[in-house]
Amino acid sequence: VAGQQFCTFFLEDQFFGVPVQQVQEVIQCQEMTRVPLASEVIRGLINLRGQIVVAVALRHRFEMSERPESQPRMNLVVRTDDGLVSFLVDEIGDVVEADEEDFEPPPATLRGPARGLLRGVYKLQGRLMLVLDAERVLNCGEDSV
Amino acid sequence: VAERVKAKRPLVMSDAEIVKEFLVESYENLDRLDQDLVALEKAPTDRDTLASIFRTIHTIKGTSGFLAFNQLAAVTHVGETLLARLRDGVLALSPEITTALLAMVDAVREMLGSIEDTGKEGERNDDELISNLTRLLDSKEEAKPVPEPTPAKEETQTNDLPQPTANIGAILIKQGAAKVSEVYEAMQQQHAGDPRHLGEILVERGAVKPEDVVDALHIQQQARGQGASESTVRVDVSELDRLMNRVGELVLLRNQIVQYSNSMEDSRLLETSQRLSLLTTELQEAIMKTRMQPIGSIWSRFPRTVRDVALGCGKQVRIEMQGQDTELDKTIIEAIKDPLTHLVRNAVDHGIERPELRRTAGKKDEGLVLLRAFHEGGQVHVEVVDDGVGLDYEKLRNKAIEKEIITANQAARMTEREITDLIFVPGLSTTEKVTKVSGRGVGLDVVKTNVEKIGGTVEVQSTPGQGTTVRMKIPITLAIIPALVVTTAAQRYVIPQVSLLELRHLEGEEIQRSIQLIHGTPVYRLRERLLPLVYLGRELNVDAEEGFSQTAAGPNEEIQRVDIVVLRTGGRQFGLVVDEINDTQEIVVKPLTRLLKSINLYAGAAIMDDGKVALILDVLGLAQRAHVTSDVCDRRGVEKPQMSPELTEGSQRNSVVLFQYGEKGRMAIELALVARLQEFPRETVEFAASQEVVQYRGQIMPLLRVSDLLQCQPSKEDENRADPLQVVVCSDQQRTVGLVVDRILDIVEESFVIDRGTGRKGVLGSAVIQKRVTDILDVPALIAAAAPSQVSVGAHA
Repeated sequence: VAGQQFCTFFLEDQFFGVPVQQVQEVIQCQEMTRVPLASEVIRGLINLRGQIVVAVALRHRFEMSERPESQPRMNLVVRTDDGLVSFLVDEIGDVVEADEEDFEPPPATLRGPARGLLRGVYKLQGRLMLVLDAERVLNCGEDSV
Repeated sequence: VAERVKAKRPLVMSDAEIVKEFLVESYENLDRLDQDLVALEKAPTDRDTLASIFRTIHTIKGTSGFLAFNQLAAVTHVGETLLARLRDGVLALSPEITTALLAMVDAVREMLGSIEDTGKEGERNDDELISNLTRLLDSKEEAKPVPEPTPAKEETQTNDLPQPTANIGAILIKQGAAKVSEVYEAMQQQHAGDPRHLGEILVERGAVKPEDVVDALHIQQQARGQGASESTVRVDVSELDRLMNRVGELVLLRNQIVQYSNSMEDSRLLETSQRLSLLTTELQEAIMKTRMQPIGSIWSRFPRTVRDVALGCGKQVRIEMQGQDTELDKTIIEAIKDPLTHLVRNAVDHGIERPELRRTAGKKDEGLVLLRAFHEGGQVHVEVVDDGVGLDYEKLRNKAIEKEIITANQAARMTEREITDLIFVPGLSTTEKVTKVSGRGVGLDVVKTNVEKIGGTVEVQSTPGQGTTVRMKIPITLAIIPALVVTTAAQRYVIPQVSLLELRHLEGEEIQRSIQLIHGTPVYRLRERLLPLVYLGRELNVDAEEGFSQTAAGPNEEIQRVDIVVLRTGGRQFGLVVDEINDTQEIVVKPLTRLLKSINLYAGAAIMDDGKVALILDVLGLAQRAHVTSDVCDRRGVEKPQMSPELTEGSQRNSVVLFQYGEKGRMAIELALVARLQEFPRETVEFAASQEVVQYRGQIMPLLRVSDLLQCQPSKEDENRADPLQVVVCSDQQRTVGLVVDRILDIVEESFVIDRGTGRKGVLGSAVIQKRVTDILDVPALIAAAAPSQVSVGAHA
């Protein structure tokens, strides 16, 4: 049985994956409408062909440093239970096929925000792919971790 | 026959789908049942109503047995038996039986609810209900012979199993009206391409008589049940929502294209885009229509509600309805369901008196609750009227003092109108006895909040001893709303126009003159009244980071101009200071994700003409955040400076705009005729056919100077060329005119009687408003005289 396909992306030097079935599309960084008083994770609203999409700063969610304004960002638009959500990421990688037997849950020693945001890790050749739990990114929203 | 039935049911239909369909159908039937049962009390032997009730219960029983909902089947079975006896005239209807049957309907509804939620009927014990129903089966003593008992068996048969629809040929053969061979030949002819109906062909061939075909069609029609089900489909509301959203986008796209084509001077493109425009509008209207429901769909429960409440408190109440067909958007219907129920219960419980009291007051024993719905001014008015005791102002006043909502001092100064508004304050209930139904101190304030949430308003009018009217004014649809676009900190925001009262633009020294600080809190002097000011940038916390908004710091000397949007919500007015007022637009409201709902400041989002997203401000939330209305219980919460000091009982209460013309002239325009109060800079005034005009919302609007019309000297202020023109925009169905006045004085709501004896041209009559004689302008006549036709400029949505 063939493995699962993942859409991959980078945050700083880390390599992440989201199952392709969840991904709606990838778009260039768009002009956004700020939402005053919203959580800092929410960067704004994007008009995606008539649908309103919430843009989430994934770096902020992982408590990483902000990416300098000058460097381009990409939007990975993902379907979630709360509708379409766009993750702001540094760069988009290839679509990767991963084998189920290479999967491992997150290490027990993992601390910090990543603990609640990762579903697990795939041991790919030469590197690790961290599997993002898209629902969790939103769910733990403001209150937890 | 069995095979045909099987074939008719789609094979893919799963059990879950069957259950779902069963639920939807049963709910609809149950609503009708409540109504039928109450109607039956009035006419206990009405055969049609009885048969209809019987059918409903019978259907539910049959289906629940088939789906193995045994408890449901058990309850409906006894109910059905009881109904059968009523129908056959073996038993006569008594209030006791009606109550038992209604209890059965409730039990059925509960079980259906549980099936919907959990897929099961739930743990329940209906033994008492069942035994009660069974006992009533034998309560023969009340039985009276019913005029014409019909053979019960036959009717059950026709109703039980809807027969598969036979084709017309088969019916004709069965009736002996046509021979098999003739029908067969006619069918062959159809197969060969004859587009006509079988009946027509047969008649033409002389094989049957026309009247036989008519008879056969009747039989066919009956076999199909009501026949209506074939021309309708059930559609999920979310499906319609999606469609609605898409069309909304299409409208915006259309606007862009029309705008572009107007700038292109390409006649073919222009023509095409105009056709596109027309079609889009039609499409939009059609989709909106699909979401509309008659308000009667929620009223149908009220006869039952009224009956139950009245029975519970020993009153006799009749319910009447007017305008059941008035249509409202599905979401709005849902939103007003609970508030309306509450009002109806209140009317029976608090409003209507007991029979003995009514008799002393010279009224009929039976009280009346009237539900009325109608369209007016782009809104739907829904009224709950009772002919009961009315509000007891003294009691309200005392109660409010006792609960420390107002001080005795304040109370003494309050008008009846202001006291009436006290009933919307949380925690105030004047009934001495707490009943099951109401009097728990929660209620009207919740009603008000819920209605305001959907952009509506609630008003109460009451005449002691004669009754109370609660009027809700609600928008027809929430999907597309007119809105004002403003800018603050370089970002646009949208304000729904329902909350909008007027716009003020201040410049230069006027700012210092009219904006003042009370302990650091800015207030604006609007027509001799203090309006609290809320700075949008500050509330949204966007000023600091942008360093953009010049108004953020409040009034100081460097500010060159201030734009104030005067808003009303929760019964309070406030001025929202923004960086810039852009324009008005129709917007498509899009819901916000759950992630942003908790902020409570945004009612949704909209996509603007340029494709960018703008947030829709939740005016109520904004007011609460700025503490304009959070203090509903606060002592100031009930003080309404705009209220008129006195009311004449019994006469009609009207809202008017008061303005000044000439040096001293004082005039009023009925608020219903006023579209907007607007200021126009003098330089925007142009001339068309020697008539002063301005461009207003894509149209050319003629300006009429009231001073000229009434042939008097304009006031001195008019010579001050720096001031913008004060314009009252009035419109009737097709035309809009701007009335230039010298000064807008106030908007008041007051009772007055118009004395039509003045005989002056353009003046309807005069009345005493705010204790002064005030002329009322005859706006329709002015519009008719001044604006025979209107020309459209540019694109309009």
